[in-house]
Amino acid sequence: MPAEFWYGVEVLLNGLMAGVMYSLVALGFVLIFKASGIFNYAQGVMALFAAQTLVGIQTGLVPFSHMINAMFGTKIHHFGWNVPTFAAILLTIGVMVLFAIIVEKLILKHLVNQEPIILFMATIGLAYFLEGFGDLMWGAEIKKLDVGIPQGGNVWVEESTAFLGGDDFYGFYLDTLDIYATVIAIVLVASLVLFSQYTKTGRALRAVADDHQAALSVGISLRTIWVIVWSIAGFVALVAGVMWGAKSGVQFSLSLIALKALPVLMLGGFTSIPGAIIGGLIIGVGEKMFEFLIGAPFLGGATENWFAYMLALIFLIFRPQGLFGEKIIERV
Amino acid sequence: MIYREVGDFKTTYRDDGQTFPIHFDRMRYYVVLLVAFCVVPFIVNDYWTNAVLLPFLIYAIAAIGLNILTGYCGQVSLGTGGFMAVGAYACYKLMTSFPDLNIFFCVLLSGAITALVGMLFGLPSLRIKGFYLAVATLAAQFFLVWMFNKVSWFYNYSASGQINAPERTLLGYKITGAETSAPVTYLFCLVLVVILAIIARNLTRGHLGRSWMAIRDMDIAAEIIGVNPLKAKLTAFGISSFYIGVAGALLFSVYLGAVEVGEVFGIQKSFLVLFMIIIGGLGSIFGSFAGAAFMVLLPVLLKNVLVGMLGWPTDIATHLEFAIVGLLIVVFLILEPHGLAQLWRIIKEKLRLWPFPH
Repeated sequence: MPAEFWYGVEVLLNGLMAGVMYSLVALGFVLIFKASGIFNYAQGVMALFAAQTLVGIQTGLVPFSHMINAMFGTKIHHFGWNVPTFAAILLTIGVMVLFAIIVEKLILKHLVNQEPIILFMATIGLAYFLEGFGDLMWGAEIKKLDVGIPQGGNVWVEESTAFLGGDDFYGFYLDTLDIYATVIAIVLVASLVLFSQYTKTGRALRAVADDHQAALSVGISLRTIWVIVWSIAGFVALVAGVMWGAKSGVQFSLSLIALKALPVLMLGGFTSIPGAIIGGLIIGVGEKMFEFLIGAPFLGGATENWFAYMLALIFLIFRPQGLFGEKIIERV
Repeated sequence: MIYREVGDFKTTYRDDGQTFPIHFDRMRYYVVLLVAFCVVPFIVNDYWTNAVLLPFLIYAIAAIGLNILTGYCGQVSLGTGGFMAVGAYACYKLMTSFPDLNIFFCVLLSGAITALVGMLFGLPSLRIKGFYLAVATLAAQFFLVWMFNKVSWFYNYSASGQINAPERTLLGYKITGAETSAPVTYLFCLVLVVILAIIARNLTRGHLGRSWMAIRDMDIAAEIIGVNPLKAKLTAFGISSFYIGVAGALLFSVYLGAVEVGEVFGIQKSFLVLFMIIIGGLGSIFGSFAGAAFMVLLPVLLKNVLVGMLGWPTDIATHLEFAIVGLLIVVFLILEPHGLAQLWRIIKEKLRLWPFPH
């Protein structure tokens, strides 16, 4: 086998791992969409906010310190302590649950029965607010997130696969962080699926997704379910934020992963958890292979920004409900 | 007392079908036009034109365009930034390829080119609906911005990747390039805004506008009563893109003068125009103006108050602005989903009854 082939396989593997990350973000969307019919654009900013909060708590930053300094001329920035990673993660989960409760109380409650597109625009507003709020609270500079996962190429994988190719092939180069992220994402996805299939709350979630009114009539509290769903989405956002944040620093571009997850959703269908996973894998592999085979050699590179959208767009023309979405039935 | 249709007798069909059926409304409209054309040009200075008036006029055109598509035809688009970029680059290519072509026609032609591109990206709307379409228009946004970045033909192989507006004149006055005077650029944009707004207003009152609204309210029902969805959706995409293209061309040539595509026409611009029509009011021409004014004035106001008066650093003011804009969007959607235009309508209803409450 020529070395190019094995490089192709390496690209494929990297694509698969990127795809798992996309699935993870897309999963947050699907959960909220199924439970409340809301297409939550703020998911990406939630990931950014969760990562910012984690770093802030970990390193003992004073919230709103920049603003306080600007208003009163003080010079505070740190409390001067470091919180252990595990405790910081627990506190951040607490913050995300609080956020879910606030969103439900202040926004969702008032927008019941509005058109889906109005709700969508409300989440765009929410995304703007959270972006500004997060920056005000923790500062906008790029922060380093360290949760104890090693980074850099994985030597073990590289050495144990070097025999596959000839002399000019040195084994697959895979980032250790990506491998960890993939494993964590797989565990998270599996546990979410088990949660929604085998627990009482999970059953209630699916009931609400199926039919709001029927679920209400058998005594399921819609508002509690919404808080739970937004909390879970906040937790998923935290995991996604930690993974991407550890990789490239906690900064604004983190919130753009939401834009990466959108075509995944279109491809997989907004209502399907398996769809989000398989869609994520297709997009991850597709965009890396396209960049490797066509984008970089012929089109000048950086095709990853739009390839996923174009793929989803062309795909949707033939199957408007996505890969696994429920068939769209319209009545007059 | 003054805001009444009583006593204003319509004796011809022409009178009956006019844009502003109430006498007071008509007078107000003429006064606004009179002030805009005859008073404002003599009192503006560079700061006001550049910070407030030009962006307001240009974004008003873009907002009218998006309102035609989203407010009247119900097709949510997040590709506004990309279409504005098409207008800007079309204008640049026209200006540099045909130096003798009048700037006025350059702007209109770049609108027409954008309309074609918009119709192309509108084709999927016949199969895809709702969210799926909103996300599909993002494909246009990302693809177009990428294309203008990568294909150097669009920026005439310049090393910086920027496009710079060459100097063009109209009736002897400099419109684009360096050293333009504030009243001239203002009047140039104003003329375009007024023409386009009148056309938009009449389009939406006519046969085409009604078919758009039928598609918006329920596309299947509209199809059954004989509205051609292909024609309605594609005309909406085409005309909306024409407006957005003109706005992009003006933003580049008259207002900014030099443009780097990823910075100016990124996805933030799509959201900005979308926010304008949400705050202003979906499905209202007046709302497009109100929303544009609001979204242009708010940052200026915040900046003046926070940075100028309180002495805060600019970046914190920007973050606060983000938070406030986001909050306002949510508040508007909860309290008044039909935007500023609806508030205006309520005021008018109250005025008709005033001073008697019933």
